[in-house]
Amino acid sequence: MTEFLGIPTQALFGQLLLGLINGAFYATLSLGLALIFGMLNIVNFTHGAQYMMGAFVAWMLLNYLGISYWWALLLAPIAVALSGAVIERLLLRHLYHLDHLYGFLLLFGVSLIVEGAFRHAYGVSGQPYNIPEMLQGGTNLGFMFLPNYRAWVIVASLIICFGTWFLIERTKLGSYLRAATENADLVSAFGVNVPRLVTLTYMLGAGLAAIAGVLAAPIYQVSSIMGANVIPVVFAVVVIGGLGSILGSIITGFGLGLCEGLTKVFYPEASNTVVFLVMVICLLLRPQGLFGKRG
Amino acid sequence: MNLRLLGLLALLALALAVPFLTYPVFIMKALCFAIFALSLNLLLGYAGLLSFGHAALLGSGSYITGDLAKVWGLPTELALLGGLASGALMGLLFGLLTSRRAGIYFAMITFALAQMVYFLALQLPFTGGEDGLQAIPRGLLLGSFDLMDNDLMYYFVLAVFIAALAFVHRVVASPFGQVLRAVKDNEPRAISLGYKPHHVKILVFTLAGGLAGLAGGLKALVFGIASLTDVYWHTNGEVVLMVILGGVGTLFGPVVGAFVVVLIQNYLAESGAWVTIIQGVVFVVVVLLFRRGIVGELAPLMRRLAGSHGAKKRSAVTQEESPHG
Amino acid sequence: MKHVGLLACISALVLCAGGAAAQVSDDVVKIGVLNDQSGVYSDLSGLGSLEAAKMAVEDFGGTVLGKPIEILTADHQNKADIASNIANKWIDVDKVDLITDVPGSSAALALQEIMRQKHRLLIVSTGATSDFTGKACSPYGLHWTYDTYALAHGTGKTLVEQGGDTWFFLTADYAFGHALQRDTTAFIEAGGGKVLGSVLHPFPNQDFSSFLLQAQASGAKIIGLANAGGDTINAIKQAAEFGIVEAGQNLAGLLIFISDIHSLGLQVAQGVVLTTGFYWDMDEETRAWSKRFFERRGAMATMAQAGVYSSTLHYLKAVEAAGTDEALAVAAKMRELPIEDFFAKHGTLREDGRMVHDMFLAQVKTPAESKYDWDYYKILATIPADEAFRPLSESECPTVKK
Repeated sequence: MTEFLGIPTQALFGQLLLGLINGAFYATLSLGLALIFGMLNIVNFTHGAQYMMGAFVAWMLLNYLGISYWWALLLAPIAVALSGAVIERLLLRHLYHLDHLYGFLLLFGVSLIVEGAFRHAYGVSGQPYNIPEMLQGGTNLGFMFLPNYRAWVIVASLIICFGTWFLIERTKLGSYLRAATENADLVSAFGVNVPRLVTLTYMLGAGLAAIAGVLAAPIYQVSSIMGANVIPVVFAVVVIGGLGSILGSIITGFGLGLCEGLTKVFYPEASNTVVFLVMVICLLLRPQGLFGKRG
Repeated sequence: MNLRLLGLLALLALALAVPFLTYPVFIMKALCFAIFALSLNLLLGYAGLLSFGHAALLGSGSYITGDLAKVWGLPTELALLGGLASGALMGLLFGLLTSRRAGIYFAMITFALAQMVYFLALQLPFTGGEDGLQAIPRGLLLGSFDLMDNDLMYYFVLAVFIAALAFVHRVVASPFGQVLRAVKDNEPRAISLGYKPHHVKILVFTLAGGLAGLAGGLKALVFGIASLTDVYWHTNGEVVLMVILGGVGTLFGPVVGAFVVVLIQNYLAESGAWVTIIQGVVFVVVVLLFRRGIVGELAPLMRRLAGSHGAKKRSAVTQEESPHG
Repeated sequence: MKHVGLLACISALVLCAGGAAAQVSDDVVKIGVLNDQSGVYSDLSGLGSLEAAKMAVEDFGGTVLGKPIEILTADHQNKADIASNIANKWIDVDKVDLITDVPGSSAALALQEIMRQKHRLLIVSTGATSDFTGKACSPYGLHWTYDTYALAHGTGKTLVEQGGDTWFFLTADYAFGHALQRDTTAFIEAGGGKVLGSVLHPFPNQDFSSFLLQAQASGAKIIGLANAGGDTINAIKQAAEFGIVEAGQNLAGLLIFISDIHSLGLQVAQGVVLTTGFYWDMDEETRAWSKRFFERRGAMATMAQAGVYSSTLHYLKAVEAAGTDEALAVAAKMRELPIEDFFAKHGTLREDGRMVHDMFLAQVKTPAESKYDWDYYKILATIPADEAFRPLSESECPTVKK
């Protein structure tokens, strides 16, 4: 068998594929954060909590109402987006005229409340959420056994990433959004309801976090701390990609997934930390991030 | 002026009487965190830099002090100085790496650096990994007084705290403090006046690092333990909460904030979930309604009260310019 | 005359009781249940342990030596510094006589030092490290339910004997994980088995797919999970996803509680082999107690929670027998009295503070085998008390005379 640095190439393929799957997941997960920062200039610290809520709503739908995974994929993001609208209208709106750090701190507080509440209600050891029947089992690719659900995660992530990018960069609504954040006064002068656009953007970001949560539910335990666990990584993805750049966070998500996958083979202890190492190096060499425009 | 002096004296008397009034360990914890919050406030309040990786500085202080006192058997004072020095060194390093960043990017890069320090704390053999450093001796003060006595330890901590507070006061009131504010308010203007903002930022980060290291070392001695909690990223948020709750950019704000947060933790320790929820609520309320924090909101009020007693000359000083509560 | 004798006897007894009661410090026996009530261990210890302690006090009758028994509780949030803070306050201000449960090795070890200095008893039920009665042992520290050595021994040795002689470890990268892997490896090799490889994963870790793939590639018969809590749960869940067990490899969890299995569901957890100190569905006694616990908590007790009940009850019996709540006198009585209840089979408390009792090797049932709620384990083997724990002859405890 051929080997690369002591690892059989076959096994390496498997690991790279897994890295890619994780990367797809990171990309989806960071999309909402990048969107909200890019459009609203706010670091949405509740992103992790919204991801967790997405998974929890899916779990509740299944356990309390018997609603399947596929419907949850649609309903959970809507529910979380609505809760996002409440946060934006009730709280965030009052801070737009201030330093962005205040928004950051407010949302940090909100995430503590949400996570604390779920922890209080459901504990932390997590609730099981089975893989939907249609996606159970897997395919033997020769070099590895690929669970169907993981394959689905890649497909779904690509669709979501492309869809979001298309929506923002290529549609009329997207161009309004971008214009509104560039020059709110001008856009409202054209009769566009800017505050509503802002709310909509925040809802979209929150909904994207929730979709990632539903995608994650069958792989990880649905637990109140799942958001707190991923948020540092997601932040790193978005910062490296260039805060606010949607394309940047998609590419970085995939890249970091691969990078982490390789670390898991060669120096597994550091696989949680390699992301931050990349982040520090990147920020030192290119402070605005790989694809960022602002400094 | 008399009123203010009286107030300070009353506070001091109260502080000295603590062992007779209540359980001193709780107050010691609050004082350690107060020093930690003072350190963050030096950055956030006076230099306008939100460090979201401050836990790393605290942790380095507590691990180094713990190791020096326990494994190397150094006298308490030297161990504590070691913690201070390690915090300052790490602050210097952080400063060098971040001095050209500001705002969210500054917060994020400090956060990433802190995550790496967390990794080191988990991996390096001397930290004890997940178990932490246990049974750190408090040792003897000046080689003869046994600090295992809680009351004596309390007075030692109080003395260190007062020194730290005086130090911050001195820094803020010094010409360097003026430069700091100049850089915060208008960096281009500071540059045109011939200052080098990133040198200023590196220096202030080093000073803040030293203070945070001191807080960490003191905390390790009080509790006899240095653990991963000190470097965990939630601690970053906690200390920010202390500072903004007490009042960003006020001398006593961080102290008040630290006491309130430690109080919340202490009295709600029966349920961790509630501690989290209440901290979250406090964050939200403070950010939305009391952005100047407790001291920031109360100080003008007190001044107005004092003003009605005839000290009209103080009215020339605006609230924003006077950071002293 | 007979009556006079009886009367004398009774009055002597009353006097005795009165005299003994005077030995209870500040006229109340206070027990502090200190554990994680909001974090990763809250389901397996937490309020369930508190309830178990309350049940023990109620079953004992609510008073000891004529004095009331009071229970305090606090959430240490898995932070050793918060744990130390609470313990100091409990002893200095509230005059607590016993602290119990204490999940998290770091918290347990931190408390060991405090209690040593302050001369109060500490009974650890949920905390795992075998150092507690090894290197760090103390006359005031008792370890009740299990420890890393017993887990390694039970799972490692017994599985090798049953043919699981090649292993691959997924190990949480911290002291607890390292100790588990090291101890288990020793038993595997002593039994003629072989460790084919291992991977240290960060703690905590979410995605195990890469590590599972490495484990699969090794071809080992047993994949040992030297981790705990959420890490173990995620590893088992993802192993099911990748068809590891179907492909013929077995998972051995080194530290799994019944609450973990409940959370995973049998579909995912089936076939996992583990060592436990207690299972509710063993005999009439365990079922009767567990039913009472279930009525109060809505869940079956984990071994940690059952251990809190057993240790608290035994502590109270010892206080009664010793006629005082002075820590070392009570500890001596606890060592003297036999420990035989629904939880502890053949239990004795050794000089190093280790309570030894039978441990069990269990396998998680398949959904088809499970007949009723919480019917989760089949017991593969009983590991007798005198073999289950590290023998005193190998003890690292400095006070043990060899």
